[in-house]
This record gives sequence, C-alpha cells and structure tokens, in this order.
Amino acid sequence: MQPISSVKGKAYPLGLKNVDTDIIIPAVWLKTISRSGLGKGAFQTLRTVTGNVFDDPAYAGAPILIAGDNFGCGSSREHAAWAMADLGISAVIAPSFSDIFSGNAFKNGLLAIVLPQEAIDRLMEVAKTDDIHIDLETQTVTTPFQDRFAFEIDPFRKHCLINGVDEIGLTLKSSDAISAYENKISASQPWLSPNQV
Amino acid sequence: MSAPQTLYEKIWNAHVVEQRDDGTCLIFIDRHLVHEVTSPQAFEGLRVAGRRVRRPDLTLAVPDHNLPTTARLDANGNNIPIADPESAQQLEALERNAPEFGIDYIDATDVKQGIVHVVGPEQGFSLPGTTIVCGDSHTACHGGLGALAFGIGTSEVEHVLATQTLQLSQSKSMEVRVEGELGPGVSAKDVVLHITGVLGASGGTGHVIEYTGSVIRALSIEGRLTISNMAIEHGARAGLVAPDDVTFAYLKGRPMAPKGAQWDTAVAYWRSLATDAGAVYDKVVTINAADIAPSVTWGTSPEDVLPITGVVPDPSSFADPSKQAAAQKSLDYMGLTPGMPMTDISVENIFIGSCTNSRIEDLRAAAAVLKGRKKADNIKWAIVVPGSGLVKQMAEAEGLDRIFINAGLEWREPGCSACLGMNPDKVPAGERCASTSNRNFVGRQGPGARTHLVSPAMAAAAAVTGKLTDVRALIN
Repeated sequence: MQPISSVKGKAYPLGLKNVDTDIIIPAVWLKTISRSGLGKGAFQTLRTVTGNVFDDPAYAGAPILIAGDNFGCGSSREHAAWAMADLGISAVIAPSFSDIFSGNAFKNGLLAIVLPQEAIDRLMEVAKTDDIHIDLETQTVTTPFQDRFAFEIDPFRKHCLINGVDEIGLTLKSSDAISAYENKISASQPWLSPNQV
Repeated sequence: MSAPQTLYEKIWNAHVVEQRDDGTCLIFIDRHLVHEVTSPQAFEGLRVAGRRVRRPDLTLAVPDHNLPTTARLDANGNNIPIADPESAQQLEALERNAPEFGIDYIDATDVKQGIVHVVGPEQGFSLPGTTIVCGDSHTACHGGLGALAFGIGTSEVEHVLATQTLQLSQSKSMEVRVEGELGPGVSAKDVVLHITGVLGASGGTGHVIEYTGSVIRALSIEGRLTISNMAIEHGARAGLVAPDDVTFAYLKGRPMAPKGAQWDTAVAYWRSLATDAGAVYDKVVTINAADIAPSVTWGTSPEDVLPITGVVPDPSSFADPSKQAAAQKSLDYMGLTPGMPMTDISVENIFIGSCTNSRIEDLRAAAAVLKGRKKADNIKWAIVVPGSGLVKQMAEAEGLDRIFINAGLEWREPGCSACLGMNPDKVPAGERCASTSNRNFVGRQGPGARTHLVSPAMAAAAAVTGKLTDVRALIN
C-alpha cells in the first residue's frame, strides 16, 4: 500500500444515498482476475444519464467523491474500491459507509471519511466551484472558505495509511502468537481441525 | 464470576490471538470459504509475495457465482465447457489455485457442489462458535448456526489465506427480538424482509445482530440461515442465532461435524455460548410477529418493504428529503405509480434460488403452492435452482422436481444463478421478476431488470397467477 496523508482537489458532488456496490461496479465487471482496469465500469449505470457528475468537465479527474448515507452497501466485492481507485478517486466523504466497503477502501489506501449530513451539504456546495482538502494527520476536511470539519478514524487504520503498512507483513510478525493460539485450541477444541476429526 | 456476556462477546473473546494498544484485535479465523470471483487476485498476491496458505485444512473452495445452471455434463459424461471466456477463465483460476495451495476443491460436477453458503452448513464445515469468513457479503448466513460469520474483501481473503487471522475492531451488539407466532403463509424470508424494512438498509451498520425471541427459536436451521443471510441487507456486519437442540440435530452426522466423544464435548461447549442473563446489548429492537405479513419489496433498496396487502408508496410520504428523492428514482426505475396495489403488479419472471432461499425447506414451500397448478401464461421464464447438488438430489427423491416441471418451471443445476446477473441467468431489461434472492438493487439481476424480493411460497404464488400475489389466498 502506498502511504497517503492528504488529498486535495476537486470533488464529485454525487450526494446520493445508499450507493450500492452494484452501482459502483456492476457484476459483469467482476469476471476479471486482475485488480486493474475497472475504472471503465465504475458507476456505469449512473453514467448513462446525461449531465451526470462523472462526465461533467467541471469535475474531470476529481480525487474526491461526496456521497450520501450508507455508501458502498451490498456486496463484499473489493472491485468497488479498485474501480474507484482506477477512476482516480482517492477519498470518499459520506455520513456513513457499509462496514465491508470501508474495510476494502482502507486496504487500498482509499480514504473513507465520515462527516455529518450538515457538513456533507456544505461540501456539496463548495465542490461546485472550489477544491476540498482532506488532511489525515490532523483528521480535518477544510475548504478555501474557512470551513473546518474534524473526522474520526480508527488509530490502527490511520497508522497503516500514513505509513503505507503491508498489513500481511505486519501480521506475520505475530506468527508465534498465532501458533500458540493454534496449539491451545487444538487441545481444547480438537474438532476445529478437520483432519483430526 | 465474570460479567454477563452476549453470544457475540463470547465468540469474539474466544478468538483473540493478540490485542493491540489501540484496541484492534488479531482474530483467529476457524473456517474460510473460497469461491472463484473474489479469490484470483488474492492467490496472485500470495504468489507475488512468495507466501503460502497457512491453514489449507481450514479452507474450502467451491465455484458458484459464474457457473451456468444448465447441464454440466453431456450425454457421454464429458464436461460441457463454459461458453463465456471470462467466466471460464475465472473457474480455471480457482481449479488451478486450489491444488497449488493445497486447498480442498469441490468440482462443478461434484454432487457436493453448490452455493458456498449452502455447502458450508450442509457439510458440517460451518459450526457453532466458530469464526467463518468468505469473500462474499452473504457469509453472515452461517450465523444461523451460531457462528460469527461475515463477508470480507479480496485483500482480507489474502490476509486470511496467509495468516488465518484478521485485524479487526469489535463491533457493537444489537438484539433483534421477534416474539409471538407467525401466521399462515409467513416464512423466515418475510421475517427478515420485515426486519430490514423496520431497521432500514443501514440500521445495523457497525453492529453484529443477535436474532432472538420465540419466533427465531421456533424456526428450523434453514429458516435461521435465511434470516442471518440477510443481516447485511440491514447493514449488520454479521447475524447470529444462539445454537440450541435444533442446531445440534441439524449438524449431527454431517461429514465434517465432530464425531464420537468429540461430538459430546463440542455440544457442551456450544451450549455454553448462549447470551448470559443480564448481558447488555448496545441496542435492542423488538418486533411483534403479528405485524409480519407475507412481504414484498417495491423499490431498489432491500429496505423498501411492504406487506403484500400494501400499495406503492408516494415518495412525498417519506419524512427524509433524501429518501423522497431516492423513492422517486426507485419508482421511475421500477415503472410503478404511487397508490397502486402491490397485488396489481404483473411479473414475467420467477426466480426460486440463491443463498437466501435454495435449501430443501424453501423448495418444499414453493412446491406446496405449485402442486397440481400451472404457471400463468404471462410468465416467460421461471426457474428453480437448488442450492447444492445434495439439495437437488433430496428434492428429486421427494418428487419436488416433477411438481416444478409439471407446473411449467425449469429445474436447474446448483449455483448463484439469477441472484446477481453474472452468469447466463439474467432478467431482461424492463421486465419484472418475483425473486427469492436478497437484493433488489438497480441492475442486480441484469441491466434494467426490476426485482421484487419475496419468499419461496410467494414466488410460487406469483408464478401461478402471473402477478404479485398474497400466497394466503392459495393455501387456505
């Protein structure tokens, strides 16, 4: 994972509530065996509508997306995060995210920032004309108009994002603890190891 | 004596390998189900990093999402190749990756093959008190057996393959208590649709839900799996039902379930997992069974639920302005007008299947309505897709396949089928489907497809009349 500490730039003012994973990337795109190239299918259904924000030149190349409640609900497909990253999006700001999507976003260095609806409404306005700045270190979203919104983030996720931590590599350092756990369980609950049944 | 704990807290605490200073825990994963769609990039990641699968013995691979549900063998017993080259490639990747990494693989032509969430419980791979993951959001399904089961993304699939653990923060707990007795024609699917309508699509976000109460206790394992399966549709990380005698009777003798003396030890342990008296949930929601009718969705979010006796809502009737806009969009997509009785809505397609509703009890419920009846003339396409080869075998032994075929429905091979618009089973644009699956998202069953989520009995009733129908009129 590449380290990420801030995102600054234009933002797509989508605002929509319950943006599900089939909206982010329809199932027909899930047949790939690679992580790349999914930007072409990102928000495919929304992009069939004339005047959609993704094809509006005013927002071309925006690194931020602003959405409504329950963003990324539905499927566990990480293709949703891959497709958004491939489209050039580095951060999503919404009042809430589905648990699985926010995990997938985090694993791909895509910031999923939770702010209250009032802040979202304000950012939707600002995005029409100006840039938005997300600073992970200070946990703030700011605008050129002195708006300043603080957000919460899990400290472990913040550490991994800022330092670009390889999470598997990190966990493998705990191999001895995992082995100790396995030994304890194979004694107390032997039925959990199918080969021993 | 330690403080009273919920079922969720007990399973969580039993799986903590390490706790970090910030509260994040390294959680051991007991069971990992792998399918062809969300795993290729994970195996590729392992190869690139030169990593192995830590516990292939705790991992089981089975293809389901891409597989066509038409015949898999020709008259000579040879494999019929998959026509779609991308689907074929994904299948081949799993066929290659499983043996390369030492993982048991259930082949598409094996009688044990089926939808991962049907296969796990059926084989006794899924057990109470375990942690179960799969790169699929409906993994919550296995919570019906009292397992802490949840969907993960591909990076986490790779993490579990490499380490048999996940770095997680504990979720909040919620109790959804359903008390009373279900009326005739009201099934587990109606209960979970109703719960989703009450909680909303994000009502369970950040929570693990334990379903309790007399209605849940009275359900079979098939019914409990249906409820827990859709925990994700109200946003929950996982769903749970405390294991009890119904659970143990279901699991006993299953191929991968404990045997002999280990069985008795296991049952004693599983009994100890029930939520203690006095344990506190972060949130409690109570539902009266008498309020639950045969249910159906009208919109494009699973929260858009109505009793079949209801009428299409007016968007202006919603208090939340963003919901008003969403409802209008949904009605436009669904081609419905406010005030229209749900029972006036004609359907052209029927899908009975998916990880929510493809077990033997689901097929029995649909067959009970279809027995001696024919599908309506306006039904163009109606398929019944058993959840596994073993469900198919059992249904055929009971003669259910003949009931479906005689009614004019197609009897298919096991797989995810028309739930997700990924394999050849799709609903044409602009057409409606009464579907026993779990999601009515825009384009879910195919571009432009209009989905109405219902129970198996309600799907069967719609097949008979050609319209969304109150099944109670057909069973009285």
